Amino acid sequence: MNGELRYVYAVTAPLEAPLPDDVRGVSGSVPYVVDHAGLQAVVSKVPEEEFGQEALHARLEDLGWLERTARAHQAVVDALTALTCPLPLRLATVYRDDDGVRRALAEGSQEFLATLDRLAGRVEWGVKVYAQRAPEPAPAAAPAPTSGREFLRRRRQEVTSRENALQEAEELGRALHAALTAQAEDVRVYPAQNPQLSQVSGQNLLNAAYLVPRERAEEFVGRVEQLGAHDPAVRVELTGPWAPYSFAASDAPDEREGVHDSAVC
Amino acid sequence: MTAPSAEPPAPRGPVAVDSEQPLARRQVALVDLLDRLLGTGAVLTGSLTLGIADVDLVRIDLRALISSVNARVPSPWEGGQPL
Repeated sequence: MNGELRYVYAVTAPLEAPLPDDVRGVSGSVPYVVDHAGLQAVVSKVPEEEFGQEALHARLEDLGWLERTARAHQAVVDALTALTCPLPLRLATVYRDDDGVRRALAEGSQEFLATLDRLAGRVEWGVKVYAQRAPEPAPAAAPAPTSGREFLRRRRQEVTSRENALQEAEELGRALHAALTAQAEDVRVYPAQNPQLSQVSGQNLLNAAYLVPRERAEEFVGRVEQLGAHDPAVRVELTGPWAPYSFAASDAPDEREGVHDSAVC
Repeated sequence: MTAPSAEPPAPRGPVAVDSEQPLARRQVALVDLLDRLLGTGAVLTGSLTLGIADVDLVRIDLRALISSVNARVPSPWEGGQPL
């Protein structure tokens, strides 16, 4: 268990410029390029005691380790995004040695070339829509209910107004998603995020990724801002540009979308 | 294939689009990062590829954190022995 493994970050077409010297990958390792079959894999040497199968299983349960590793992975992919349009790999893709990486490039070469071609010049934007509750009226504004019936009437009113607000937010979310889908080449809808864990307020109604050509990025962002702003019923969050993670798998679009647990409002 | 772009490569956000704040560089939320790094991204053959479905994730909060955990994620170590 004292060996070194190869951690792979991304597959790219041959890079025209080297990675900047100061880029560091997982565990502080230095990324380098493995060439094969007209493709390049960007890899780094990592300790087996940290990235071997059993070690990985244990460490994936460690949120601190997971975060450091995910951010380091992302840092390398980010650096690559400045040079090319990389095909980003799933976290913790590990091989025994450079030859193992070359074999994987050879086996997948047709698929990788097709996917790189499909994604060339595209970036991914993340958009999340949250229901935002309107400020509650100050309780002091209304006199205390004079009867049980009055209490129940007010209570119903409150519930109805909350339901209406949520409905309005859902409609806005759907409209936003439809408008952005029309501007994107591909869409992937993620399950809603748990508000307690993402530590943001409001119910997550939409959590989606949109594949957009770089030259239309500004237009896309402008559209998000135009559609998402100024409505008190929703809060819209934009992340990106990302390397096209959400579109890197070669599965069919109909497998990627429309899952019943997805957050499409 | 792709011309280098002057665009800043690092994902920014999350930024509420109705805030006064410009799209400043902010650290990406872990939950957004994990959605992508664990649930998507290309999978190579023959690798010790992580399939999050196989990870016990005894920390229930971690399982919930990763919204992309679902039946569609292939099981890990798929395709026989790793490496």
